[in-house]
Amino acid sequence: MDVVDLSRFQFASTSIFHFFFVSLTVGLAFLIAVMETIAYVRKDRREVYGKATGFFGHLFLINFAVGVVTGIVQEFQFGMNWSEYSDFVGNIFGVPLALEVLMAFFLESTFIGLWWFGKDRLKPWMRLASIWLVAIGTQISAFWIVLANAWMHHPVGYEVVDGQARLTDFGAVVFNYKAWLYFAHVQGSAWVVAAFFVLGISAFHLLRRQDTDVYSRSLRIGLVFAAVGTVFSVVSGHTEAQVAREDQPMKFAAMEAQWETSESPAPWSLVALIDQDARENRWSIEIPYVGSILAYNSLEGRYDGINQIEEQYDAAYGEDDYTPPVAWVYWSFRIMVAIGSLLLATAFLGLFLWWRRKGGLDTTRWFLRALVWFIPLPWIANFTGWMVTEMGRQPFMVYGELTVAEGVSANTAGEVLAGLVGLWAVYLALIGLDIYLLSVTARAGIHRKPEAQLVAAPAPDYEDAGFQGYERRN
Amino acid sequence: MDLVTLWFWLIALTFTLYFFLEGFDFGVDILRPTLARTEAEERALTGTIGPFWDGNEVWVIAAAGLMFSTFPVWYGAVFSGMYPLFVLILLALLLRGVSFEYRNQVDSARWRAFWDWMSFGGSVVPSFLWGVIMAKLIEGLPVNAESRVEGGFAAMFTPFSLVGGVTTLLLFMLHGANFLLLRLHTDTVLYNRARTAALRWGALATVAIVAFVVMGYVTEGLFESFGVVPWVFPVLAFLTLATIWLALSRRRDTLAFTMSGLTILFATVTVFLALFTRGEVLPSTLDPAYGLTLRESASQHYTLVLMTWVGGIFLPLIIGYQIWNYYVFRERVRPDEGALTHGY
Repeated sequence: MDVVDLSRFQFASTSIFHFFFVSLTVGLAFLIAVMETIAYVRKDRREVYGKATGFFGHLFLINFAVGVVTGIVQEFQFGMNWSEYSDFVGNIFGVPLALEVLMAFFLESTFIGLWWFGKDRLKPWMRLASIWLVAIGTQISAFWIVLANAWMHHPVGYEVVDGQARLTDFGAVVFNYKAWLYFAHVQGSAWVVAAFFVLGISAFHLLRRQDTDVYSRSLRIGLVFAAVGTVFSVVSGHTEAQVAREDQPMKFAAMEAQWETSESPAPWSLVALIDQDARENRWSIEIPYVGSILAYNSLEGRYDGINQIEEQYDAAYGEDDYTPPVAWVYWSFRIMVAIGSLLLATAFLGLFLWWRRKGGLDTTRWFLRALVWFIPLPWIANFTGWMVTEMGRQPFMVYGELTVAEGVSANTAGEVLAGLVGLWAVYLALIGLDIYLLSVTARAGIHRKPEAQLVAAPAPDYEDAGFQGYERRN
Repeated sequence: MDLVTLWFWLIALTFTLYFFLEGFDFGVDILRPTLARTEAEERALTGTIGPFWDGNEVWVIAAAGLMFSTFPVWYGAVFSGMYPLFVLILLALLLRGVSFEYRNQVDSARWRAFWDWMSFGGSVVPSFLWGVIMAKLIEGLPVNAESRVEGGFAAMFTPFSLVGGVTTLLLFMLHGANFLLLRLHTDTVLYNRARTAALRWGALATVAIVAFVVMGYVTEGLFESFGVVPWVFPVLAFLTLATIWLALSRRRDTLAFTMSGLTILFATVTVFLALFTRGEVLPSTLDPAYGLTLRESASQHYTLVLMTWVGGIFLPLIIGYQIWNYYVFRERVRPDEGALTHGY
């Protein structure tokens, strides 16, 4: 592996590790803010929702700090490993990054402390405002970073002068349709991660008939978020694929492993044995019409194959290999779609059980059991989704403008490898501890103290969870 | 003042705030093993920085983000040029950040001792390395004709940069001790130990900063570009440091903390002034002509205008709510009180 591969691997792995933590942070912040709002507004349900807020807030906190520290790595990495890229895009790419820090990071990291530790110091409305500021901060943060990422996929509002991209229109950068699509998709999937996290934990306790009053509430909130989140993800994801067919045709063709231009109506490959060297599929099971439906929402229409697009790219950008690792993109896409569909079906099945008869949701044990097992699935879908979008645009870093190999720093492979080993060791430890603590705390539930606790924020007395004196302070 | 100059100084301000804020929380973590004798004392010390360290740390992300957007070439050269140092800082910050959380996960003395070391080492390493980086900034890196930095790990450590590292390390320890004087109840043993520590490390910090300034002026000739007025800053840094000793002996804790803060301010300004007066952001040790100039490494005008609006709106807002955060958690900490049940 040379410097480019090592640096790519480092960026990919640290980003995926980082996103493991932050996708939960982004989604869960909103769920908790909603729970606390209900506790604040509805006096009759204050106790139940107060407990739920305290319990899930505690889990949120465990995960939060790790997201922050891994975020520093992200911010430094562009300069450390991709200084040529930084030179090229700094005029443009740095702005959303700086906006993310100034508008979101400070807000989140300050108000999370005020919300949790300020329980007995702040008035209830201030506490409520604090958690909302955290929730809003996480969404703003997601927006700017995704906007920056989307610019790399679909650069707009710039011109290249003396080997540097120069900003010509910031409005175009902000209203980049790709950015809003990506944001909707990332946002939706973060909600899905958090919703199934809450669903799984609630189901775990409902199966054991512990604190059913609290967990049947959180189950319902989770279900609503899961339904909204999955619909959001599916719709935006479908649109994203269609948009990619237009502005990143190679990515779309790789997602479908379509080597030659398709027939019309285009079939859709369910499984395929891909031979990248021979530039063909040795074997494939295809479903008729579905390809056209995916690409055009229509029963007819053809789309270009990888080989044809390769020729177009050669003509446009100069002779090179513009074919991404097809099998990776193809399979990642299928895993993501399969999980997404399963989660969508689960969310709506849950809504159906809820609607059909009173208490039906809390007593359908096979459904609850499935929810517990589904906790990791949204993370896998996220992970594979990023693989599709980032591997599908190889070898470009800034689409059509800068390749990955051109963007890398002048570091030695030894330096990068040493750093990579260190980062991996720490990240694996972090993820292990995060999962361990989350599961220990989640299992313990409300009435037992978890066997391991946060020193910074030990399990609170969930019974009042900071809502004592609510009436007095209001 | 044009926008390039404005942003150069806003980045200086961001780094200053970072060193000022994270300086004391690093300091507290570094001093903890020598100050705390019992578990309750350990937690009380952590409690003094508990609600703040995370918000403080964001200032370094801000510094990097602002540098990226306003001086992309400088950002790329510094962060890739001192790659190994930044890797070490990142690893240290990662381990230290989670040590707050994970220290008490397992009820075992060895486990706690491990995370205490992580929190100690995770604060010593960046405290030292930021000094090295600041010293290397003014001393310069082997920047070649293509504005790329050559040379490896060994090139980072020169006598001057090592003294720079020791200076920030000691300064942060002093600053941390002064911060403790404001955050601990005055009738506790810990408070008295913190005072002793402030005096001891303050004396050493004075020696270090004198060595740093003398080396900068005499042996390295790095501050030659200063006219008469900019001399004021290093001199002020030294004077404020000397005042701390006076303040400590007269039990004027707030004054002592203000003074160690001002020392950090003046020291950081001195570093940035040494760059500014030469018109360079990263001098080259290979050939003076290869150094990165202030103008060439800055972003285009449009980006700077945009960033000025953004910074003008959000920086005061952030500083405002962070101050409020400190106000909410202003209550002094006592080792025995609730530390074991209420977190931190």
